[in-house]
Amino acid sequence: MLSIKNLHAGIDEKKILKGINLEIKPGEVHAIMGPNGSGKSTLASVLAGREDYEVTDGTVEFAGKDLLELSPEERAGEGLFLAFQYPVEIPGLSTTNFIKTAVNEVRKYRGEEALDAVAFLKLMKEKMAQTNIDQTLLSRSLNEGFSGGEKKRNEVFQMAMLQPKLAILDETDSGLDIDAIRIVANGVNKLRSKDNAVLLVTHYQRLLDYIVPDFVHVLYNGRIVKSGTKELALELEERGYDFIKSENVEA
Amino acid sequence: MNNLEYIKERFNQLPSVNDLNGLGVIRQKAFEALNKMGIPTTRHEEWKYTRIGSFFNKEYKYTEAQHALTAADLAPVRLPGYEQANELFYINGRYAPELSVVRSKGLTVQPLQEAARNEYKDIVSKHLGHSSNYLKDGIIALNTAFVQDGVFVYVKKGQIVEHPVYIYNITDARQANILAQPRTLVYVGENAQVKFAETFNTLGTQESFTNRVIEIVVEKDAITEYYKIQTDASHASQVATTHIQQIGKSYTHTVTVSLNAGLVRNNLNIVLDEQYCEAHLYGIYLQQGNSHIDNHTVVDHAKPHCESNELYKGMLDDQSTGVFNGKIFVRQDAQKTNAYQSNKNVLLSEGASVNTKPQLEIFADDVKCSHGCTIGRLDEESLFYLRSRGISERTAKSLLLHGFAVDILEQIKIAPIREYVDNLISERLEFDIA
Repeated sequence: MLSIKNLHAGIDEKKILKGINLEIKPGEVHAIMGPNGSGKSTLASVLAGREDYEVTDGTVEFAGKDLLELSPEERAGEGLFLAFQYPVEIPGLSTTNFIKTAVNEVRKYRGEEALDAVAFLKLMKEKMAQTNIDQTLLSRSLNEGFSGGEKKRNEVFQMAMLQPKLAILDETDSGLDIDAIRIVANGVNKLRSKDNAVLLVTHYQRLLDYIVPDFVHVLYNGRIVKSGTKELALELEERGYDFIKSENVEA
Repeated sequence: MNNLEYIKERFNQLPSVNDLNGLGVIRQKAFEALNKMGIPTTRHEEWKYTRIGSFFNKEYKYTEAQHALTAADLAPVRLPGYEQANELFYINGRYAPELSVVRSKGLTVQPLQEAARNEYKDIVSKHLGHSSNYLKDGIIALNTAFVQDGVFVYVKKGQIVEHPVYIYNITDARQANILAQPRTLVYVGENAQVKFAETFNTLGTQESFTNRVIEIVVEKDAITEYYKIQTDASHASQVATTHIQQIGKSYTHTVTVSLNAGLVRNNLNIVLDEQYCEAHLYGIYLQQGNSHIDNHTVVDHAKPHCESNELYKGMLDDQSTGVFNGKIFVRQDAQKTNAYQSNKNVLLSEGASVNTKPQLEIFADDVKCSHGCTIGRLDEESLFYLRSRGISERTAKSLLLHGFAVDILEQIKIAPIREYVDNLISERLEFDIA
């Protein structure tokens, strides 16, 4: 589904990703862990198409297409979803209008008919229940004045509405208390299927207690330096990132 | 002969100059002031960024009282809800009573010439030109010199005028370049309530210049809402002066919407002349092409315990230019004043520009005042957020810009008018945001 080969990327002359290789297949959950500044969020941003970053080398194939050639909206149309670390507040745009526009633009991209008001409402009700989000939140301006937990829940709700093939969760656990993490993780787990995949980007192991990954990769200094199963995350939690750092001292 | 000479000649031809009981005195004074000051140039501090001199180098006709419009011509300009509303038509600046309809009880509309002589003469003589701005600014003096064609609107004490008053300014520029000078004096009596919505429409393709003045006097416990909606042809330009005098403890609420035209200068002056007055001023402007929008506002806190709240927002595209100049005066006497002002601008192209100047002049020492302004581009992160959800760049931009306008739209409290303006804005954003 996603195939990253030798990906190099940076921002303003600064090299951040220095040769990433990663394969994700349908049904899999991958976690990317790593210390601050290792390039985790850069990877998520490059995959979603944030224009600040420049890809200098390598390829990314997603669902049979050259991902790097696509605009952010085309990537979403192809089934890629990024849950933001810091969801943006947009005053004056109601969450419901926003999500309705998004759902129908994605459908248009896929050559499907736009949902009418009744069908949209039905889908929304279903996904609201699934992700434990409240109607009053959705009638407010997008993320405006939402608490940290509400913003993250809204991200998971949007993900549920758009039904992506690959969901990238960028530090979705940051700033959340344990109850909020549990709600968000439940939402994500309900959306897992054999056809879609999840890429979790996280600094801490605790999210992985709730969304159990099939594979864990450690990103350090722009490269994946270690890959393993969920036990690797536990080891990192116990020993910290220092042992990774000491194993990977640059010559 | 340039236009100003033509105007002066026209003035001398008018019969009522010597009519000292009616409007003659104020007209004569205004004419003298105009002769002394002339039309303001960009050397004038208040006109630094807005050049209107060129309108007076061209031939503009100041038309006769007769007009050639039929009800069918008017149909497309009528605002939603007109069936219940009071409708006042001004054709080329002159009030057309045969087209106008006054339905509400307690609302009286008369030619100013009549009101200056009948039972309203004390009110007219006391309040017409109350701002005396016509002695300080040539363009207002010009309007006042021709005040004989103006209108007097009277809202009776204690009357709640439930349905709005729609004011239509129609310029018939099918035959010639037009100079129109609508003039209105509104008196809102004690404990009365009234709402106005005003629009501007041009027929034909000739150029026009509208120099409109409205003065509104608001008595104790009265509430007045005023919505000025300006969406006109690019060959139509205007200077529109609104002067509100809150002479009793009262509440006013204005929204100024500027969507299209050649050059537009809005002067909004509000004097809070009694304790515990409240004034809310909102504005939104969307500019494109080579259009020019200038909003000059003055809030004069003359008495203690008053509150004013002002928010103007603008979006400028193409080569358009914008000016915001907001002055707040807090007089020495006006302790316990609360005054807030904000102006926010989004530039949508390399060629668009805006000059914004918030000004506070405070002479009292126990007040709460704030002002601020911003000029920026559409937020990249917001745009990326929407696009990452599959929304095209074009749609994402219009959603963001519409969102930017929403808090001003919400201030239009006549529902059909709010929808009308929202539709105009939505249409614009869909078609003109590249």
